[in-house]
Amino acid sequence: MSGSVLYDVPGPRAVVRNRIIGAVTILVVLVFLGWVLWRFYETGQLSPEKWELFSYTAIWMLFLEATGNTLAAFGVAAVGAVLLGFILALGRMSDHGWLRVPVAWLVEVLRAVPVLVFMMLLYYGLPVVGIKMTPYWAVVIALIAYNGSVLAEVFRAGVESLPRGQSEAAYAIGLRKSGVMRLVLLPQAVRAMLPVIISQLVVTLKDTALGFIITYHELLYLVKLLGNQALYHSPLIPSAIIGGSIYVALCLALSYLAYLVEKRTRRSPKVVTIADDGGEPPTATEAIAAGRGLGKYDASGL
Amino acid sequence: MGVITDNLDLWGEAIGGTLVLFFGGGLIALVLGFIVGAMRVSPIPIARAVGAVYVNWIRNTPLTLVMFFFAFCLPILLQQRLSAIALATVALGIYTATYVAETIRSGVNTVPVGQAEAARALGLTFGQVMGYVVLPQATRSVIPPMMSVFIALLKNTTVAAGFSVLNLGSVRSWMAEPPRSENQLVVLLWVMVIFVVLVLLLAWLQRTLERKWRIAR
Repeated sequence: MSGSVLYDVPGPRAVVRNRIIGAVTILVVLVFLGWVLWRFYETGQLSPEKWELFSYTAIWMLFLEATGNTLAAFGVAAVGAVLLGFILALGRMSDHGWLRVPVAWLVEVLRAVPVLVFMMLLYYGLPVVGIKMTPYWAVVIALIAYNGSVLAEVFRAGVESLPRGQSEAAYAIGLRKSGVMRLVLLPQAVRAMLPVIISQLVVTLKDTALGFIITYHELLYLVKLLGNQALYHSPLIPSAIIGGSIYVALCLALSYLAYLVEKRTRRSPKVVTIADDGGEPPTATEAIAAGRGLGKYDASGL
Repeated sequence: MGVITDNLDLWGEAIGGTLVLFFGGGLIALVLGFIVGAMRVSPIPIARAVGAVYVNWIRNTPLTLVMFFFAFCLPILLQQRLSAIALATVALGIYTATYVAETIRSGVNTVPVGQAEAARALGLTFGQVMGYVVLPQATRSVIPPMMSVFIALLKNTTVAAGFSVLNLGSVRSWMAEPPRSENQLVVLLWVMVIFVVLVLLLAWLQRTLERKWRIAR
Protein backbone atom coordinates (compact mmCIF):
# COMPACT_ATOMS: atom_id res chain seq x y z
CA MET A 1 0.00 0.00 0.00
CA SER A 2 2.90 2.32 -0.43
CA GLY A 3 2.59 5.38 -2.54
CA SER A 4 -0.85 6.79 -1.91
CA VAL A 5 -0.97 10.54 -1.80
CA LEU A 6 -3.78 10.57 0.65
CA TYR A 7 -2.41 8.94 3.76
CA ASP A 8 0.74 7.80 5.47
CA VAL A 9 1.46 4.33 6.75
CA PRO A 10 -1.17 4.00 9.50
CA GLY A 11 -0.11 4.08 13.14
CA PRO A 12 -1.79 2.04 15.90
CA ARG A 13 -4.74 4.44 16.31
CA ALA A 14 -5.35 4.66 12.58
CA VAL A 15 -5.21 0.87 12.32
CA VAL A 16 -7.96 0.53 14.93
CA ARG A 17 -10.03 3.23 13.27
CA ASN A 18 -9.63 1.62 9.85
CA ARG A 19 -10.71 -1.73 11.24
CA ILE A 20 -13.84 -0.16 12.73
CA ILE A 21 -14.74 1.54 9.45
CA GLY A 22 -14.07 -1.74 7.64
CA ALA A 23 -16.44 -3.57 9.97
CA VAL A 24 -19.11 -0.90 9.46
CA THR A 25 -18.70 -1.23 5.67
CA ILE A 26 -19.22 -4.99 5.88
CA LEU A 27 -22.27 -4.41 8.06
CA VAL A 28 -23.81 -1.92 5.63
CA VAL A 29 -23.25 -4.26 2.68
CA LEU A 30 -24.70 -7.21 4.59
CA VAL A 31 -27.75 -5.20 5.62
CA PHE A 32 -28.28 -4.16 2.00
CA LEU A 33 -27.92 -7.70 0.68
CA GLY A 34 -30.18 -8.97 3.44
CA TRP A 35 -32.81 -6.39 2.55
CA VAL A 36 -32.69 -7.41 -1.13
CA LEU A 37 -33.01 -11.07 -0.18
CA TRP A 38 -35.91 -10.25 2.15
CA ARG A 39 -37.72 -8.37 -0.61
CA PHE A 40 -37.11 -11.33 -2.94
CA TYR A 41 -38.57 -13.66 -0.38
CA GLU A 42 -41.47 -11.35 0.50
CA THR A 43 -42.54 -10.94 -3.14
CA GLY A 44 -42.21 -14.63 -3.83
CA GLN A 45 -39.32 -14.37 -6.27
CA LEU A 46 -37.64 -17.37 -4.68
CA SER A 47 -40.64 -19.64 -5.07
CA PRO A 48 -40.25 -22.60 -7.44
CA GLU A 49 -43.20 -21.53 -9.64
CA LYS A 50 -41.38 -18.34 -10.61
CA TRP A 51 -38.43 -20.34 -11.85
CA GLU A 52 -40.40 -23.19 -13.40
CA LEU A 53 -40.16 -21.68 -16.87
CA PHE A 54 -36.40 -21.99 -16.79
CA SER A 55 -36.44 -25.73 -16.32
CA TYR A 56 -37.29 -26.20 -20.00
CA THR A 57 -34.55 -26.79 -22.56
CA ALA A 58 -36.51 -24.83 -25.18
CA ILE A 59 -36.28 -21.69 -23.04
CA TRP A 60 -32.54 -22.06 -22.79
CA MET A 61 -32.36 -22.51 -26.53
CA LEU A 62 -34.19 -19.17 -26.78
CA PHE A 63 -31.57 -17.63 -24.51
CA LEU A 64 -28.85 -19.10 -26.70
CA GLU A 65 -30.51 -17.67 -29.80
CA ALA A 66 -30.93 -14.23 -28.20
CA THR A 67 -27.29 -14.24 -27.07
CA GLY A 68 -26.41 -15.18 -30.63
CA ASN A 69 -28.40 -12.21 -31.91
CA THR A 70 -26.62 -9.90 -29.48
CA LEU A 71 -23.24 -11.24 -30.52
CA ALA A 72 -24.15 -11.10 -34.22
CA ALA A 73 -24.90 -7.40 -33.93
CA PHE A 74 -21.78 -6.86 -31.84
CA GLY A 75 -19.45 -8.77 -34.15
CA VAL A 76 -20.41 -6.95 -37.32
CA ALA A 77 -20.54 -3.60 -35.50
CA ALA A 78 -17.09 -4.15 -33.96
CA VAL A 79 -15.40 -5.00 -37.26
CA GLY A 80 -17.23 -2.18 -39.03
CA ALA A 81 -16.39 0.33 -36.33
CA VAL A 82 -12.67 -0.49 -36.45
CA LEU A 83 -12.64 -0.18 -40.24
CA LEU A 84 -14.61 3.07 -40.21
CA GLY A 85 -12.34 4.32 -37.42
CA PHE A 86 -9.28 3.73 -39.61
CA ILE A 87 -10.83 5.47 -42.58
CA LEU A 88 -12.02 8.48 -40.60
CA ALA A 89 -8.70 8.73 -38.74
CA LEU A 90 -6.79 8.76 -42.04
CA GLY A 91 -9.19 11.40 -43.34
CA ARG A 92 -8.73 13.55 -40.24
CA MET A 93 -4.96 13.37 -40.48
CA SER A 94 -4.92 14.12 -44.20
CA ASP A 95 -2.69 16.91 -45.49
CA HIS A 96 -5.51 18.17 -47.68
CA GLY A 97 -7.83 20.67 -46.07
CA TRP A 98 -10.76 19.79 -48.31
CA LEU A 99 -10.72 16.28 -46.86
CA ARG A 100 -9.58 16.98 -43.31
CA VAL A 101 -12.13 19.63 -42.36
CA PRO A 102 -15.32 17.84 -43.49
CA VAL A 103 -14.17 14.58 -41.92
CA ALA A 104 -13.40 16.40 -38.67
CA TRP A 105 -16.94 17.79 -38.65
CA LEU A 106 -18.43 14.43 -39.50
CA VAL A 107 -16.58 12.83 -36.58
CA GLU A 108 -17.72 15.60 -34.23
CA VAL A 109 -21.36 15.26 -35.23
CA LEU A 110 -21.40 11.46 -35.16
CA ARG A 111 -19.96 11.49 -31.66
CA ALA A 112 -22.38 14.11 -30.40
CA VAL A 113 -25.53 12.29 -31.47
CA PRO A 114 -26.83 9.75 -28.92
CA VAL A 115 -26.62 6.23 -30.37
CA LEU A 116 -30.26 5.58 -29.57
CA VAL A 117 -31.43 8.65 -31.50
CA PHE A 118 -29.32 7.52 -34.44
CA MET A 119 -30.87 4.05 -34.28
CA MET A 120 -34.34 5.59 -34.20
CA LEU A 121 -33.47 7.78 -37.15
CA LEU A 122 -32.43 4.73 -39.13
CA TYR A 123 -35.37 2.59 -38.06
CA TYR A 124 -38.28 5.04 -37.82
CA GLY A 125 -37.06 8.04 -39.77
CA LEU A 126 -35.52 6.69 -42.95
CA PRO A 127 -38.57 4.69 -44.16
CA VAL A 128 -40.05 8.14 -44.93
CA VAL A 129 -37.54 8.60 -47.71
CA GLY A 130 -37.98 5.04 -48.86
CA ILE A 131 -35.10 3.35 -47.09
CA LYS A 132 -36.38 0.48 -44.98
CA MET A 133 -34.17 -1.66 -42.84
CA THR A 134 -34.54 -4.36 -40.23
CA PRO A 135 -33.85 -3.49 -36.57
CA TYR A 136 -30.65 -5.53 -36.89
CA TRP A 137 -29.17 -3.22 -39.50
CA ALA A 138 -30.37 -0.11 -37.68
CA VAL A 139 -28.52 -1.30 -34.57
CA VAL A 140 -25.40 -2.31 -36.48
CA ILE A 141 -25.14 0.84 -38.61
CA ALA A 142 -25.74 3.17 -35.66
CA LEU A 143 -23.11 1.35 -33.60
CA ILE A 144 -20.61 1.42 -36.48
CA ALA A 145 -21.15 5.16 -37.02
CA TYR A 146 -20.79 6.10 -33.35
CA ASN A 147 -17.99 3.78 -32.32
CA GLY A 148 -16.19 4.28 -35.61
CA SER A 149 -16.00 8.00 -35.00
CA VAL A 150 -14.82 7.48 -31.41
CA LEU A 151 -12.18 5.01 -32.58
CA ALA A 152 -11.08 7.48 -35.26
CA GLU A 153 -10.18 9.89 -32.46
CA VAL A 154 -8.44 7.09 -30.59
CA PHE A 155 -6.28 6.19 -33.61
CA ARG A 156 -5.50 9.83 -34.25
CA ALA A 157 -4.54 10.38 -30.60
CA GLY A 158 -2.34 7.29 -30.84
CA VAL A 159 -0.53 8.54 -33.93
CA GLU A 160 -0.14 12.06 -32.58
CA SER A 161 1.28 10.80 -29.31
CA LEU A 162 4.21 9.19 -31.13
CA PRO A 163 7.50 11.07 -31.06
CA ARG A 164 8.01 13.27 -34.15
CA GLY A 165 11.26 11.51 -34.84
CA GLN A 166 9.37 8.42 -35.93
CA SER A 167 7.75 10.04 -38.95
CA GLU A 168 10.79 12.21 -39.67
CA ALA A 169 13.04 9.16 -39.78
CA ALA A 170 10.55 7.31 -41.96
CA TYR A 171 10.43 10.18 -44.45
CA ALA A 172 14.21 10.42 -44.32
CA ILE A 173 14.66 6.84 -45.50
CA GLY A 174 12.49 7.68 -48.49
CA LEU A 175 9.09 6.27 -47.57
CA ARG A 176 6.01 7.88 -49.06
CA LYS A 177 3.16 9.27 -46.97
CA SER A 178 1.24 6.01 -47.18
CA GLY A 179 4.31 4.01 -46.24
CA VAL A 180 5.06 6.20 -43.24
CA MET A 181 1.52 5.73 -42.00
CA ARG A 182 1.17 2.06 -42.78
CA LEU A 183 4.64 0.77 -41.86
CA VAL A 184 5.71 3.09 -39.06
CA LEU A 185 3.01 5.14 -37.39
CA LEU A 186 -0.14 2.99 -37.36
CA PRO A 187 1.45 -0.23 -36.04
CA GLN A 188 2.85 1.67 -33.07
CA ALA A 189 -0.32 3.67 -32.52
CA VAL A 190 -2.53 0.59 -32.61
CA ARG A 191 -0.28 -1.26 -30.22
CA ALA A 192 -0.26 1.61 -27.75
CA MET A 193 -3.99 2.14 -28.07
CA LEU A 194 -5.06 -1.51 -28.03
CA PRO A 195 -6.46 -1.40 -24.47
CA VAL A 196 -8.50 1.70 -25.32
CA ILE A 197 -9.72 0.11 -28.54
CA ILE A 198 -10.88 -3.00 -26.70
CA SER A 199 -12.64 -0.97 -24.03
CA GLN A 200 -14.43 0.90 -26.79
CA LEU A 201 -15.54 -2.49 -28.08
CA VAL A 202 -16.96 -3.19 -24.63
CA VAL A 203 -19.01 -0.01 -25.08
CA THR A 204 -20.18 -1.37 -28.43
CA LEU A 205 -21.23 -4.63 -26.81
CA LYS A 206 -23.07 -2.75 -24.06
CA ASP A 207 -24.84 -0.54 -26.57
CA THR A 208 -26.26 -3.49 -28.48
CA ALA A 209 -28.74 -3.57 -25.57
CA LEU A 210 -30.21 -0.35 -26.99
CA GLY A 211 -31.58 -2.55 -29.76
CA PHE A 212 -34.18 -3.63 -27.21
CA ILE A 213 -35.81 -0.20 -27.52
CA ILE A 214 -36.16 -0.44 -31.29
CA THR A 215 -37.47 -4.03 -31.04
CA TYR A 216 -34.33 -5.90 -32.07
CA HIS A 217 -34.69 -9.45 -30.75
CA GLU A 218 -31.67 -9.49 -28.49
CA LEU A 219 -31.28 -10.69 -24.90
CA LEU A 220 -33.21 -7.94 -23.17
CA TYR A 221 -36.10 -8.36 -25.58
CA LEU A 222 -36.27 -12.03 -24.68
CA VAL A 223 -36.10 -11.18 -20.97
CA LYS A 224 -39.13 -8.90 -21.32
CA LEU A 225 -40.96 -11.47 -23.42
CA LEU A 226 -40.42 -14.30 -20.94
CA GLY A 227 -41.11 -12.00 -18.00
CA ASN A 228 -44.62 -11.35 -19.26
CA GLN A 229 -45.68 -15.00 -19.52
CA ALA A 230 -48.65 -14.85 -17.14
CA LEU A 231 -49.11 -18.60 -17.50
CA TYR A 232 -45.78 -19.05 -15.75
CA HIS A 233 -46.45 -16.42 -13.04
CA SER A 234 -44.74 -13.59 -14.97
CA PRO A 235 -41.16 -14.44 -13.95
CA LEU A 236 -39.77 -11.01 -14.90
CA ILE A 237 -37.18 -10.84 -12.13
CA PRO A 238 -35.81 -14.37 -12.62
CA SER A 239 -35.51 -13.85 -16.36
CA ALA A 240 -33.92 -10.43 -15.83
CA ILE A 241 -31.39 -12.06 -13.50
CA ILE A 242 -30.52 -14.71 -16.08
CA GLY A 243 -30.42 -12.37 -19.09
CA GLY A 244 -28.57 -9.71 -17.12
CA SER A 245 -25.96 -12.21 -15.96
CA ILE A 246 -25.28 -13.26 -19.54
CA TYR A 247 -24.80 -9.63 -20.56
CA VAL A 248 -22.54 -8.80 -17.63
CA ALA A 249 -20.53 -11.99 -18.16
CA LEU A 250 -19.92 -11.13 -21.83
CA CYS A 251 -18.87 -7.57 -21.03
CA LEU A 252 -16.70 -8.63 -18.10
CA ALA A 253 -14.90 -11.15 -20.31
CA LEU A 254 -14.14 -8.48 -22.89
CA SER A 255 -13.10 -5.96 -20.22
CA TYR A 256 -10.80 -8.57 -18.72
CA LEU A 257 -9.18 -8.99 -22.12
CA ALA A 258 -8.63 -5.22 -22.25
CA TYR A 259 -7.07 -5.39 -18.79
CA LEU A 260 -4.73 -8.22 -19.78
CA VAL A 261 -3.67 -6.39 -22.95
CA GLU A 262 -3.08 -3.22 -20.96
CA LYS A 263 -0.87 -5.10 -18.50
CA ARG A 264 1.13 -6.58 -21.38
CA THR A 265 1.34 -3.23 -23.12
CA ARG A 266 2.71 -1.60 -19.99
CA ARG A 267 5.51 -4.15 -19.72
CA SER A 268 6.34 -4.30 -23.40
CA PRO A 269 9.47 -2.37 -24.44
CA LYS A 270 8.06 -2.02 -27.95
CA VAL A 271 5.42 0.42 -26.83
CA VAL A 272 6.19 4.08 -26.47
CA THR A 273 4.89 5.21 -23.12
CA ILE A 274 2.61 8.15 -23.50
CA ALA A 275 2.68 11.16 -21.20
CA ASP A 276 5.15 9.67 -18.79
CA ASP A 277 5.45 12.25 -16.06
CA GLY A 278 6.61 10.09 -13.25
CA GLY A 279 3.28 9.42 -11.56
CA GLU A 280 1.00 6.45 -12.06
CA PRO A 281 1.13 4.68 -15.40
CA PRO A 282 -1.18 6.61 -17.72
CA THR A 283 -4.82 5.61 -17.74
CA ALA A 284 -6.76 5.24 -20.95
CA THR A 285 -8.23 8.69 -20.54
CA GLU A 286 -4.86 10.30 -20.07
CA ALA A 287 -3.47 8.50 -23.06
CA ILE A 288 -6.21 10.04 -25.14
CA ALA A 289 -5.83 13.35 -23.41
CA ALA A 290 -2.23 13.25 -24.52
CA GLY A 291 -3.55 13.47 -28.05
CA ARG A 292 -4.97 16.85 -27.12
CA GLY A 293 -8.20 17.95 -28.71
CA LEU A 294 -11.62 16.56 -28.00
CA GLY A 295 -10.65 12.95 -28.26
CA LYS A 296 -11.26 12.13 -24.65
CA TYR A 297 -14.81 12.98 -23.93
CA ASP A 298 -16.34 9.74 -24.89
CA ALA A 299 -13.45 7.37 -24.80
CA SER A 300 -13.80 6.90 -21.06
CA GLY A 301 -15.96 3.88 -21.68
CA LEU A 302 -19.42 5.39 -21.67
CA MET B 1 -40.22 23.86 -38.53
CA GLY B 2 -43.96 23.14 -38.26
CA VAL B 3 -43.19 20.04 -36.24
CA ILE B 4 -41.77 22.23 -33.51
CA THR B 5 -44.17 25.19 -33.60
CA ASP B 6 -47.30 22.98 -33.68
CA ASN B 7 -46.18 21.02 -30.64
CA LEU B 8 -44.41 23.67 -28.62
CA ASP B 9 -45.66 22.46 -25.24
CA LEU B 10 -44.65 18.88 -26.03
CA TRP B 11 -41.13 19.96 -26.97
CA GLY B 12 -40.99 22.07 -23.82
CA GLU B 13 -41.98 19.09 -21.67
CA ALA B 14 -39.52 16.85 -23.52
CA ILE B 15 -36.63 19.23 -22.95
CA GLY B 16 -37.78 19.55 -19.33
CA GLY B 17 -37.72 15.77 -19.01
CA THR B 18 -34.22 15.59 -20.44
CA LEU B 19 -33.03 18.33 -18.08
CA VAL B 20 -34.59 16.61 -15.03
CA LEU B 21 -32.87 13.36 -16.02
CA PHE B 22 -29.59 15.18 -16.66
CA PHE B 23 -29.45 17.27 -13.50
CA GLY B 24 -31.14 14.71 -11.23
CA GLY B 25 -28.98 11.89 -12.53
CA GLY B 26 -25.91 14.12 -12.39
CA LEU B 27 -26.54 15.05 -8.76
CA ILE B 28 -27.01 11.43 -7.69
CA ALA B 29 -23.95 10.44 -9.72
CA LEU B 30 -21.81 13.16 -8.12
CA VAL B 31 -22.81 12.32 -4.54
CA LEU B 32 -22.64 8.56 -4.95
CA GLY B 33 -19.57 8.76 -7.18
CA PHE B 34 -17.75 10.89 -4.64
CA ILE B 35 -18.50 8.38 -1.88
CA VAL B 36 -17.46 5.40 -4.01
CA GLY B 37 -14.39 7.27 -5.29
CA ALA B 38 -13.38 7.99 -1.70
CA MET B 39 -13.88 4.31 -0.85
CA ARG B 40 -11.68 3.33 -3.82
CA VAL B 41 -8.74 5.41 -2.55
CA SER B 42 -9.28 4.78 1.17
CA PRO B 43 -6.79 2.89 3.35
CA ILE B 44 -9.49 0.34 4.23
CA PRO B 45 -9.15 -2.83 2.14
CA ILE B 46 -12.82 -3.83 2.58
CA ALA B 47 -14.07 -0.43 1.44
CA ARG B 48 -11.74 -0.57 -1.56
CA ALA B 49 -13.02 -4.04 -2.45
CA VAL B 50 -16.69 -3.03 -2.14
CA GLY B 51 -16.04 0.03 -4.31
CA ALA B 52 -14.19 -2.04 -6.89
CA VAL B 53 -16.97 -4.62 -7.13
CA TYR B 54 -19.60 -1.92 -7.54
CA VAL B 55 -17.63 -0.03 -10.18
CA ASN B 56 -16.61 -3.08 -12.22
CA TRP B 57 -20.03 -4.63 -12.06
CA ILE B 58 -22.07 -1.59 -13.08
CA ARG B 59 -19.54 -0.45 -15.68
CA ASN B 60 -19.91 -3.79 -17.41
CA THR B 61 -23.69 -3.64 -17.35
CA PRO B 62 -25.45 -1.96 -20.27
CA LEU B 63 -27.32 1.16 -19.15
CA THR B 64 -30.42 -0.25 -20.82
CA LEU B 65 -30.22 -3.23 -18.49
CA VAL B 66 -29.76 -1.04 -15.40
CA MET B 67 -32.75 1.02 -16.42
CA PHE B 68 -34.71 -2.12 -17.26
CA PHE B 69 -34.12 -3.34 -13.76
CA PHE B 70 -35.17 -0.07 -12.18
CA ALA B 71 -38.19 0.47 -14.41
CA PHE B 72 -39.65 -3.04 -14.36
CA CYS B 73 -38.12 -5.08 -11.53
CA LEU B 74 -37.89 -2.58 -8.68
CA PRO B 75 -41.65 -1.80 -8.59
CA ILE B 76 -42.28 -5.54 -8.26
CA LEU B 77 -39.79 -5.88 -5.43
CA LEU B 78 -41.14 -2.84 -3.57
CA GLN B 79 -44.72 -3.75 -4.42
CA GLN B 80 -45.70 -0.20 -5.27
CA ARG B 81 -45.96 2.02 -8.30
CA LEU B 82 -43.15 4.53 -8.70
CA SER B 83 -42.91 7.40 -11.13
CA ALA B 84 -41.10 6.39 -14.31
CA ILE B 85 -38.95 9.50 -14.46
CA ALA B 86 -37.78 9.08 -10.86
CA LEU B 87 -36.75 5.49 -11.53
CA ALA B 88 -34.94 6.46 -14.74
CA THR B 89 -33.15 9.29 -12.93
CA VAL B 90 -31.93 6.98 -10.18
CA ALA B 91 -30.82 4.41 -12.76
CA LEU B 92 -28.85 7.07 -14.66
CA GLY B 93 -27.34 8.29 -11.40
CA ILE B 94 -26.25 4.84 -10.28
CA TYR B 95 -24.79 4.04 -13.70
CA THR B 96 -22.95 7.35 -14.07
CA ALA B 97 -21.68 7.26 -10.47
CA THR B 98 -19.22 4.52 -11.45
CA TYR B 99 -17.64 6.80 -14.05
CA VAL B 100 -17.56 9.71 -11.60
CA ALA B 101 -15.85 7.46 -9.04
CA GLU B 102 -13.22 6.32 -11.55
CA THR B 103 -12.59 9.90 -12.64
CA ILE B 104 -12.08 11.02 -9.04
CA ARG B 105 -9.81 8.08 -8.35
CA SER B 106 -7.57 8.69 -11.34
CA GLY B 107 -7.62 12.43 -10.56
CA VAL B 108 -6.28 11.80 -7.07
CA ASN B 109 -3.70 9.44 -8.52
CA THR B 110 -2.32 12.13 -10.82
CA VAL B 111 -1.05 14.11 -7.83
CA PRO B 112 2.58 13.10 -7.32
CA VAL B 113 3.17 11.34 -4.01
CA GLY B 114 5.99 13.76 -3.21
CA GLN B 115 3.49 16.61 -2.96
CA ALA B 116 1.65 15.04 -0.04
CA GLU B 117 4.84 13.76 1.53
CA ALA B 118 6.32 17.23 1.45
CA ALA B 119 3.12 18.65 2.92
CA ARG B 120 3.18 16.11 5.75
CA ALA B 121 6.85 16.78 6.33
CA LEU B 122 5.96 20.42 6.90
CA GLY B 123 3.63 19.24 9.66
CA LEU B 124 0.33 19.92 7.95
CA THR B 125 -2.61 17.95 9.29
CA PHE B 126 -4.66 15.57 7.13
CA GLY B 127 -7.27 18.26 6.54
CA GLN B 128 -4.64 20.79 5.51
CA VAL B 129 -2.85 18.33 3.24
CA MET B 130 -6.13 17.61 1.49
CA GLY B 131 -7.43 21.16 1.45
CA TYR B 132 -4.29 23.04 0.46
CA VAL B 133 -2.23 20.54 -1.51
CA VAL B 134 -3.94 17.43 -2.86
CA LEU B 135 -7.48 18.53 -3.70
CA PRO B 136 -6.62 21.76 -5.53
CA GLN B 137 -4.32 19.80 -7.85
CA ALA B 138 -6.64 16.81 -8.17
CA THR B 139 -9.65 19.02 -8.94
CA ARG B 140 -7.90 20.62 -11.86
CA SER B 141 -7.01 17.33 -13.47
CA VAL B 142 -10.47 15.92 -12.73
CA ILE B 143 -12.53 18.70 -14.34
CA PRO B 144 -11.98 17.86 -18.05
CA PRO B 145 -12.68 14.11 -17.78
CA MET B 146 -15.59 14.89 -15.45
CA MET B 147 -17.10 17.06 -18.17
CA SER B 148 -16.75 14.10 -20.54
CA VAL B 149 -18.70 11.99 -18.08
CA PHE B 150 -21.45 14.59 -18.03
CA ILE B 151 -21.54 14.85 -21.82
CA ALA B 152 -22.03 11.09 -21.92
CA LEU B 153 -24.71 11.40 -19.25
CA LEU B 154 -26.55 13.94 -21.38
CA LYS B 155 -26.52 11.56 -24.32
CA ASN B 156 -27.52 8.65 -22.11
CA THR B 157 -30.69 10.42 -20.95
CA THR B 158 -32.23 9.33 -24.26
CA VAL B 159 -32.17 5.70 -23.09
CA ALA B 160 -35.06 6.62 -20.77
CA ALA B 161 -37.13 6.92 -23.95
CA GLY B 162 -37.46 3.16 -23.94
CA PHE B 163 -39.02 3.21 -20.47
CA SER B 164 -42.01 5.53 -20.98
CA VAL B 165 -40.29 8.71 -19.84
CA LEU B 166 -40.98 11.79 -21.93
CA ASN B 167 -37.66 13.30 -23.02
CA LEU B 168 -35.98 14.38 -26.21
CA GLY B 169 -35.39 10.78 -27.20
CA SER B 170 -39.09 9.93 -27.09
CA VAL B 171 -40.70 13.08 -28.55
CA ARG B 172 -41.27 11.11 -31.73
CA SER B 173 -43.62 8.62 -30.10
CA TRP B 174 -45.42 11.24 -27.96
CA MET B 175 -46.57 13.42 -30.86
CA ALA B 176 -50.27 14.14 -30.25
CA GLU B 177 -51.74 13.14 -33.61
CA PRO B 178 -51.28 9.58 -34.85
CA PRO B 179 -47.60 9.76 -35.74
CA ARG B 180 -47.43 10.81 -39.37
CA SER B 181 -44.46 9.08 -40.80
CA GLU B 182 -43.02 12.04 -42.67
CA ASN B 183 -42.96 13.95 -39.39
CA GLN B 184 -40.87 11.28 -37.72
CA LEU B 185 -37.81 11.95 -39.82
CA VAL B 186 -38.02 15.70 -39.26
CA VAL B 187 -38.57 15.28 -35.51
CA LEU B 188 -35.59 12.96 -35.18
CA LEU B 189 -33.40 15.29 -37.22
CA TRP B 190 -34.34 18.17 -34.91
CA VAL B 191 -33.55 16.03 -31.87
CA MET B 192 -30.14 15.30 -33.39
CA VAL B 193 -29.53 18.99 -33.99
CA ILE B 194 -30.44 19.83 -30.39
CA PHE B 195 -28.08 17.18 -29.08
CA VAL B 196 -25.22 18.23 -31.33
CA VAL B 197 -25.65 21.82 -30.14
CA LEU B 198 -25.85 20.83 -26.45
CA VAL B 199 -22.87 18.50 -26.66
CA LEU B 200 -20.72 20.99 -28.56
CA LEU B 201 -21.67 23.58 -25.93
CA LEU B 202 -20.53 21.29 -23.12
CA ALA B 203 -17.38 20.39 -25.06
CA TRP B 204 -16.61 24.08 -25.50
CA LEU B 205 -17.12 24.62 -21.76
CA GLN B 206 -14.82 21.68 -21.12
CA ARG B 207 -12.05 23.15 -23.27
CA THR B 208 -12.44 26.58 -21.70
CA LEU B 209 -12.20 25.20 -18.16
CA GLU B 210 -9.29 23.01 -19.16
CA ARG B 211 -7.37 25.96 -20.55
CA LYS B 212 -8.22 28.13 -17.57
CA TRP B 213 -7.11 25.62 -14.96
CA ARG B 214 -4.22 24.01 -16.74
CA ILE B 215 -1.31 23.30 -14.41
CA ALA B 216 2.25 23.07 -15.51
CA ARG B 217 3.90 20.00 -14.06
